[in-house]
Amino acid sequence: MVNLIVIFMAIVLVNNFVLSQFLGICSFLGVSNKMSSAVGMGGAVVFVMVIAEAVTWPVMQLLNKFDIGYLQTVVFILVIAALVQFVEMFMKKYLPALQKALGIFLPLITTNCAILGATINAISYGYSFAESMVYSFGAGVGYMVAMILFAGIREEKLYNTEGVPTPFKGVGIILVSASIMALSFMGFTGMFQ
Amino acid sequence: MANVMTPVLLVAVIGLVCSALLVFASKVFHVEVDERVTQVREVLPGANCGGCGFAGCDDYASNLVADEALPCTKCSPGGAAVAAQIAEILGRAAGAAEPEVAQVLCNGTCGASKKVLEWQGLQSCKGAKGWFSSPNACMYGCIGLGDCVNACKFDAIGIVDGVARVNRENCVACGACAGACPQKIIKLVPKKSQVHVLCSSTDKGAVARKNCDNACIGCMKCTKVCNFDAIHVEDNLARIDYSKCKSCGLCAAECPTGAINSFRKLPKKKAAAPKMTPEQIEALKAKKAAEKAAAAAKEA
Repeated sequence: MVNLIVIFMAIVLVNNFVLSQFLGICSFLGVSNKMSSAVGMGGAVVFVMVIAEAVTWPVMQLLNKFDIGYLQTVVFILVIAALVQFVEMFMKKYLPALQKALGIFLPLITTNCAILGATINAISYGYSFAESMVYSFGAGVGYMVAMILFAGIREEKLYNTEGVPTPFKGVGIILVSASIMALSFMGFTGMFQ
Repeated sequence: MANVMTPVLLVAVIGLVCSALLVFASKVFHVEVDERVTQVREVLPGANCGGCGFAGCDDYASNLVADEALPCTKCSPGGAAVAAQIAEILGRAAGAAEPEVAQVLCNGTCGASKKVLEWQGLQSCKGAKGWFSSPNACMYGCIGLGDCVNACKFDAIGIVDGVARVNRENCVACGACAGACPQKIIKLVPKKSQVHVLCSSTDKGAVARKNCDNACIGCMKCTKVCNFDAIHVEDNLARIDYSKCKSCGLCAAECPTGAINSFRKLPKKKAAAPKMTPEQIEALKAKKAAEKAAAAAKEA
């Protein structure tokens, strides 16, 4: 149990997917301009990461059995894309409210590198099924935390770019603030072994 | 050979299983969608601006098909062309849509409007209004912290000299800025009308004038000069009836405070600001430079 908590905290804070492993940067910068969409995107990532992990872990056992583990990237992309498509259809029929809430974000992240990274990492660390589920959930939560924090910064501080030097305006200052945020997350290094 | 066949077969099988699953799912979880909804959705621009009042183009399309009475002219970015296409798909009369544009009804620029406090909190109009009615003396006017700018998806509104201004070419009249403005001074007006009362203050004339040089003081000069009975003063504020206004600009020329603005260039009776002599301009420049230096010194 302690092991699972350590895995969870480590991936949320220390090895945060966005801020220390630099996965999913594209959506992190693209969708963080509004708090509401950041929350929607974060929720969708958590959701997809967990179900993707639940499916790819058994698939990996299958690949290992045939000794073709090197194909994991190709196979995972295939499986995750199909899975997300399937889940979306399922939700459209039976959970239209949830489908509306996740909206456009669900198809957007089908083959997001953060999703693929979470599944491949969990396997390369040799986690058991329970551990890899916790790991991918934590990875999603970490992504969501980073998204929400950054959306907060962008909503409040980068609205008014008057104090920003002209060459830094726009994407420049966004990248600078993202990297400062990543630096501050380095303070968590060594918290968990 | 076996070494090659195993992975190829395995991946092929996984792919087949996935596609079979998807085919199966698309049959089992199929949701009946009226094909007209798809057609209407294809016609709509897909900007998802929400100007029609629905949660995006998909939502508007499904509501259009479901509700016979819903006008198909609500899509401002699409304009008349899209409305006609929708009408054709749905088999109804298009109806003429008056092209509209957003207009900020305030002209309280930095020089004209008096400030009563320097707002250093959250740089948003809503935030400033939440604590004080407005950092300006005029509690009706534009706060100028750019909530509308952030709401606009078309880069059509910006803060110029402390007041939000609409770029009429980019504006698609989605109304997002009007919804975001806590002062409710952004209105959608007919695009063809050129004359607007750029003031929203319903204070009495003397008070309004004290707070802002460009305020409407309710003097009714515009009412008297109008040939079309299109402008009336209500609650100390001149209001234009756009259905009658011919944008002749007479009222704008007559207005003593410059509260009425005409996009048409007509010679103004009274210049908004008296012309300064070169010496005065120099003096002003020197004063500004001194102020700047003082501010810089303070900061340092």
